[in-house]
Amino acid sequence: MTELLLSTAVSLAVVLAFITVMAMFFVWSERKVAGWIQHRVGPMRTGGGFQGWAQSIADSIKLLLKEDLILRGADRTLFQLAPALVLASAFAMFVVLPFGPGLMVADIDLGVFLILAIASVTTIGVIMAGWGSFNKWSVYGAMREAAQVASYEIPLGLSLMPPIIYFGTFSLKAATEAQTGSFGMGWYIFSDAFWIAIPSFLLFFVAALAENKRAPFDLPEAESELVAGFHTEYSGIRFSFFFLEEYAAMFVFSAVGAVLWLGGWNFPGIQSFEEDSTALLLLGTASFVLKSFFLVFVMMWVRWTVPRLRIDQVMTLGYKYLIPLSMVMALLAAGWEYIKHLGGQA
Amino acid sequence: MSSHPAAEFDHLPGREVELDVATQDCLIHMGPQHPATHGVMRVLLKADGEILAGAQTHLGYLHRCAEKIGENVDWLQYLPYTDRYDYLAAMNNNLGYSLAVESLLGAEVPARAQYLRVICAELNRIASHLFAVGTYGLDLGAFTPLFSALRDREEVLELFEKICGARLTYSYIRPGGVMNDAPEGWLTKVAEFLDRFEKTWHEYWTLMVENKIFIERTANIGVLTEEQALSWGCTGPMLRGSGVDWDLRRDQPYLIYDQLEFDVVKGIGYRGTLGDCFDRNFVRMFEMTESVRILRQCLAQIPDGEIMHEEVGAVIRPAPGESYVSIENPRGELGHYVVSNGTKIAVRVRVRSPSFCNMSVAEHLMPGSMLGDAASIIGSVDIVVGETDR
Repeated sequence: MTELLLSTAVSLAVVLAFITVMAMFFVWSERKVAGWIQHRVGPMRTGGGFQGWAQSIADSIKLLLKEDLILRGADRTLFQLAPALVLASAFAMFVVLPFGPGLMVADIDLGVFLILAIASVTTIGVIMAGWGSFNKWSVYGAMREAAQVASYEIPLGLSLMPPIIYFGTFSLKAATEAQTGSFGMGWYIFSDAFWIAIPSFLLFFVAALAENKRAPFDLPEAESELVAGFHTEYSGIRFSFFFLEEYAAMFVFSAVGAVLWLGGWNFPGIQSFEEDSTALLLLGTASFVLKSFFLVFVMMWVRWTVPRLRIDQVMTLGYKYLIPLSMVMALLAAGWEYIKHLGGQA
Repeated sequence: MSSHPAAEFDHLPGREVELDVATQDCLIHMGPQHPATHGVMRVLLKADGEILAGAQTHLGYLHRCAEKIGENVDWLQYLPYTDRYDYLAAMNNNLGYSLAVESLLGAEVPARAQYLRVICAELNRIASHLFAVGTYGLDLGAFTPLFSALRDREEVLELFEKICGARLTYSYIRPGGVMNDAPEGWLTKVAEFLDRFEKTWHEYWTLMVENKIFIERTANIGVLTEEQALSWGCTGPMLRGSGVDWDLRRDQPYLIYDQLEFDVVKGIGYRGTLGDCFDRNFVRMFEMTESVRILRQCLAQIPDGEIMHEEVGAVIRPAPGESYVSIENPRGELGHYVVSNGTKIAVRVRVRSPSFCNMSVAEHLMPGSMLGDAASIIGSVDIVVGETDR
């Protein structure tokens, strides 16, 4: 029992430290990626050396020192609770991510399900923030968030069905282990069901963008329409909570995509390493993190490339295209498994 | 017990209450500090959820009494004030004012100065349209086109810096001619810029204008009919976007425009209805290529010679009289009405600014569209608040 507690505590500490450093890294890299795409250089001076590496640290210090303003008309309880709820729910999702072989806080049988469930809690936090802010723009942002996220959870969930049906498990660890075959390249997108995997991955990615309020679906905080949407009235550390949540959630959904479609911690040649060896742990973790970072990078790339959709177009895309398509993909995946099952019997 | 669950409430009083919930339109102030109003302009929006029921624009936050100042300073001293009403197209403002003063003086400007004026005005048109197209992307949530546009605009500003020392408020074109002759090699640099710009123009086209989301956000939005455009006094890309074939450079030629070959670009409803936001942006995109054509001809034809009329000095005393001269500013018809009583100070300087008239119709385009379209419509008008308020 003590051993279990200890290992859980160590994993938690590692994961929490990882989240904080990662979010700061993402804030910095978002600025560098934006600069790179936009013929600029981004932050260069902070830290006095390499590519403005200390920019995020300086930003956090600034945000910590800023005055924490709450409007007189604001609902203080909701206003103060919202950032904490949003951040806590984003961090809670990390619990079930399989970072590397044996590096995982909790292997829950319903890992994917847990992530989807907790992701909806973020929405409640955003609505609380918008409502509690005493600002019409914030209310608009919150209402958009409610409409958008509620409708995109359906295609998001449905687009996760093909890999779940293929692997026959909701557990992210089991799904990763199922992709170890073919010299560590038995990833779902390279499997016999690749013709289902690739479109369902694209559907998942679009739905994840919308779920995370990333461009072109960043309507709840559309700065040219709603000033800053639901976090217009937030300043200082509370604002940074929303900021961290965005990057943490981006990473979680990228990680889910990396695990279910891109093999998680698997990498070519994984079978030649001994089980429980340090090298396997390090390389596996690196493989997982790199795949996730790549997907996060694609999210940034999309953000700095395309214009924003309008709210009715977002809804049309969700209900008229993504939901039917992801449903078809789920049915195809089930049908394919059934055909394979029949073939196995014969 | 297979009846509908809602039947349980049938016996309760109040079942007959009408199902429509009474709702109230939401009044929102968009501005004066708002990212999409391009400065300190305020739009009072009446919104029914996401749909706009009405809009009202409030101007005047940037009023600096430019016209009144014109009645208190010398004719030449007023020139820097013209830079400041449309700060994105200051060359064109200088040109409009100078032409008005020259028509009072009856002074004919030397040929080289005329060419330099057209070169600067057209370069400024490219810079202004680049900024308009770029910020339009920003209004729609696309950040990158703006930075590409600023990269190219920067080259134009550097050219201006070389010829007159200023990057934004030039005061380069002045009554009687231009301030400086072009420094050595400057015209070659302009030609080099045009070569580069023709290539990067396609970047904006593929990155932004042909983007599916951009088309969805602009086509069929904020449709300004030809009749509306004419009756509201719209000019410039706003008018031509609605399909009206009217350009002062061709229809009321000034300087050497009648010797130059160029097409007047007008909207054709390329992706939607004629006169929508897409068409207005479309006109701006192609006016840049027409400006490149004009500039190439000017660079080939520019003669040597004087750059200032010898009789126009620092103190100008036009003969008593009045004059109205309008030119084609990047935003539309920029008119200067000047009255002189023979002294060195004007009696009246009146400016007919294009953004002001163009903006007046915008609030009539908004009702019925979505909240997100408000930014799209305001952006497509391409206002400069310094000029609407003066």
